[in-house]
Amino acid sequence: MIMKTQNQKSSAGHRGENIRSDCYFEIELTNSGGIKLELKSKVASLYGGSIKEQVDEMCRFFEIKNAKVFFEDYGALPFVIASRFELAVKKLFPENEKEFLLPFNKNNLYTSSKDKLRRSRLYLPGNEPKFFLNAGLHKPDGIILDLEDSVAPSEKDAARVLVRNALRSVDFYSSERMVRINQLPLGLEDLEFVVPHNVHVILIPKCENAEQVIEVDDQIKRIRHENNIKSEVFLMPIIESALGIVKAYEIASAVKSNCALTIGLEDYTADIGTQRTLEGKESFFARSMIVNAAKAAGIQAIDTVFSDVGDIEGLKQSVIEAKSLGFEGKGCIHPRQIPVVHKYFEPAAEEIEKAKKIVLAFEEAERKGIGVVSIGTKMIDAPVVKRAQRTIHLAVLNNLLDEDWKEK
Amino acid sequence: MKLIKNAAGRLVPSEVNGHKQIPFKGVNKYEPEGTKAKPSIKSCVNYPEDGNKIVRNLKEALKKAGIKNGMTISTHHHLRDGDALTNYLFDVIHELGIKNIRWFPSASFPIHEHLIKYLEDGTIHHIEGSMNGPLGRYTSEGKMKGIGVLRSHGGRYQAVQDGEVHIDIAVIAAPTADTFGNANGVNGKSASGLIGFALVDSEYADKVIVVTDNLVPFPCIPWQIQGNNVDYVVQVDSLGDSSKIVSGTTQVTKSPDRLLIAEYVAQFIDEAGIMKNGFSFQAGSGGTNLAFVLYLKERMKAKGVKARFVRGGSTKYLVQLLEEGLTDYILDGQTFDLEGVRSMHDNPNHVNTSPFTSYNFHGKGNFASIVDVAVLGATEVDVHFNANVVSHSDGYLLHGIGGWQNCLYSKCSILAVPSFRDRIPVIIDEVTTLCGPGELIDVVITERGIAINPRRKDLIKAMSKSSLPIRSIREIKDEVYSICGKPAKPQFDFKKVVAIVKWVDGTVLDSIFKLKSR
Repeated sequence: MIMKTQNQKSSAGHRGENIRSDCYFEIELTNSGGIKLELKSKVASLYGGSIKEQVDEMCRFFEIKNAKVFFEDYGALPFVIASRFELAVKKLFPENEKEFLLPFNKNNLYTSSKDKLRRSRLYLPGNEPKFFLNAGLHKPDGIILDLEDSVAPSEKDAARVLVRNALRSVDFYSSERMVRINQLPLGLEDLEFVVPHNVHVILIPKCENAEQVIEVDDQIKRIRHENNIKSEVFLMPIIESALGIVKAYEIASAVKSNCALTIGLEDYTADIGTQRTLEGKESFFARSMIVNAAKAAGIQAIDTVFSDVGDIEGLKQSVIEAKSLGFEGKGCIHPRQIPVVHKYFEPAAEEIEKAKKIVLAFEEAERKGIGVVSIGTKMIDAPVVKRAQRTIHLAVLNNLLDEDWKEK
Repeated sequence: MKLIKNAAGRLVPSEVNGHKQIPFKGVNKYEPEGTKAKPSIKSCVNYPEDGNKIVRNLKEALKKAGIKNGMTISTHHHLRDGDALTNYLFDVIHELGIKNIRWFPSASFPIHEHLIKYLEDGTIHHIEGSMNGPLGRYTSEGKMKGIGVLRSHGGRYQAVQDGEVHIDIAVIAAPTADTFGNANGVNGKSASGLIGFALVDSEYADKVIVVTDNLVPFPCIPWQIQGNNVDYVVQVDSLGDSSKIVSGTTQVTKSPDRLLIAEYVAQFIDEAGIMKNGFSFQAGSGGTNLAFVLYLKERMKAKGVKARFVRGGSTKYLVQLLEEGLTDYILDGQTFDLEGVRSMHDNPNHVNTSPFTSYNFHGKGNFASIVDVAVLGATEVDVHFNANVVSHSDGYLLHGIGGWQNCLYSKCSILAVPSFRDRIPVIIDEVTTLCGPGELIDVVITERGIAINPRRKDLIKAMSKSSLPIRSIREIKDEVYSICGKPAKPQFDFKKVVAIVKWVDGTVLDSIFKLKSR
């Protein structure tokens, strides 16, 4: 196969003093002499051989027979090496659509569910591999590989390939696997790179109407169909404008695959012509709208991120407030925020006691085949039972209740 | 060179730099007999009656001390990477045309790269002490004339006491001294807190030169080094860059993964029942080891627990414990930051100790074994809990042992390490260099799980209900290899030993071999 080339030489990746867990490639096509690899790596004595093998394999895959390959390595793992190399190749052959895919990590095959706990979701910039590896160890409910605001426009292509490879290779340690795509229409292209690789939730930024959600949903359906993907992909629209807030319910109820609705306050406050304060009066209306719209549509309401990483006390207050407004989760931009978020979304002692009674009454009614759940003379509605079950689940997760509490 | 297999299964030379060596025989298996080394008798009549031992400059002092080819010159490292004196000392020795010096520092730092030219031209024959950074690299490449000898802080004391190392001239950098030679590290513009590592040098060396940039009238109080052991005093403008005297590794880490490890450490100490009233612990330097102090402090406060003593290297975090009443004492081996210096200066409960009081193998008892828990680092830990602190997986010698080996004697030794660093595995099949036998390493705490040494059934039982991710060390290693790949071994020239690692009793624990050039 002869491919059209635009250039003879290309480069991809990161280099420099502070680079870690990343690498840099230069590929220069030549007419003869095979593949000449120049390797500069801090792990050359440990992995020089396997790096060379990987480069050879990738050259064969992309049918590059003669080239000078310069590789500067800062301890990049194979999935990063593959990402940077593929990008350098794509710059040489823009029409080449082949994807060099490493084997799927068997720990990444789990699925998610629409009403999964989503107390914390950790944002990771999509083109910074060093943050990926250990993110799951901090046990966020979800990890978001971000293709949008944290990725510079010039790095969008690199981030797509890297995020795709990360979804396959990086162990998420059972956190929900999320990707924030770019604002439409660019975001629709992003989906091609992530949907085939067991992504659980797609976050749609700057959402302003139902059509956008439907468009994403349709695109995902098409990709799932083409790739024969059975597991569901859920959507979490992010509302970041005054118009979006006004249309919150329309957005929340646009498609069945919506699992949650959330808000981005930096853009929202700019849009209404004010600034974000710690107190947050300016966003009270919008946040309450989010909660209302989400609950009306039967999905989760998730709060924005708390952006001052150093202010743990502020975060704590912000979580307590979010919980009281009806939110069920909060965004995190640093792993140290996760335990705080989990701690303050935990149910209070009296909530747990009440929930235990409701759950027991519900099970009692089921056993007896009675359709109506009641405590004393008070009837309990189905949504209340569901909330009580969720409270119990949270209590167990936070070590406030033993898993076998019913036996005690 | 004849190599023999020691009790740890490592190949070690039977002779090093012309001296016979005893291979490692096992932990606590080797006890030398006889008498300790003796310094020669001195009489006060040979010293100035007015107590003024000032000599014009260092060159004069070295000449008076009778410097000769092949002598052993000792220095100590409290000035750390700010040390200008050692480099200047060897400039002077070089000027005097002296060759084949055995340099016996308590540690070296990257600033001592300056000395490579003196290793090249034969001024220095070899180093017995740590070989950090550039000096380690130089040694690993097989360029040093003699064989390097790495010892722990306690082992350095033991080597002098055993007569294994006889110091001809000790040069002691003193942030404050008087004309009699009394000296301390707590005062002056180059204050480093204490200078306890120089104690053995002052007691055993033939000639002792105190060099200071803050000369005070007699008496210099406190006298951490006693003038009665000192021959000459030299005044200089500056001992070095005081901003670098406080070590760079004393900032609490900002890395979320290291903080997670630190949090695990604190939770482990608490849940294992170690953290109780009257307990003691040692915190090393390094970001993770400092961070665990902060998490442990929160737990101590929440449970109303107070420590009897903590062991330094001290930092502001230990000082805060002392000042907030969460410990009765800091027993300090070295001071890592200016808050530590201030506290030692002002607070009688912040106590100056030396390797003799802390780690001495020939003492009548060992402080290190009284400590309830020591939290330390490592460059590698293997599936047998053996650990390495001096070389990296690429085979290069890069660090000294410090007090690390000595601290392994604590009741619970914890290594707090990342499971890998930028694709360089830390938890591995077999350590590149053995510095600490696995039987003394109780717990390994990584971000990917906590491994308890199977020998510590008590700890395993105490932690059986813990929410911490307790796993086998092999499981952690397997996960690391699945992420990074299985690392290749560095290519050594096994015919050429470039340095040896001593155990705390003076036996040879392991060898460091020359790296084959790539």
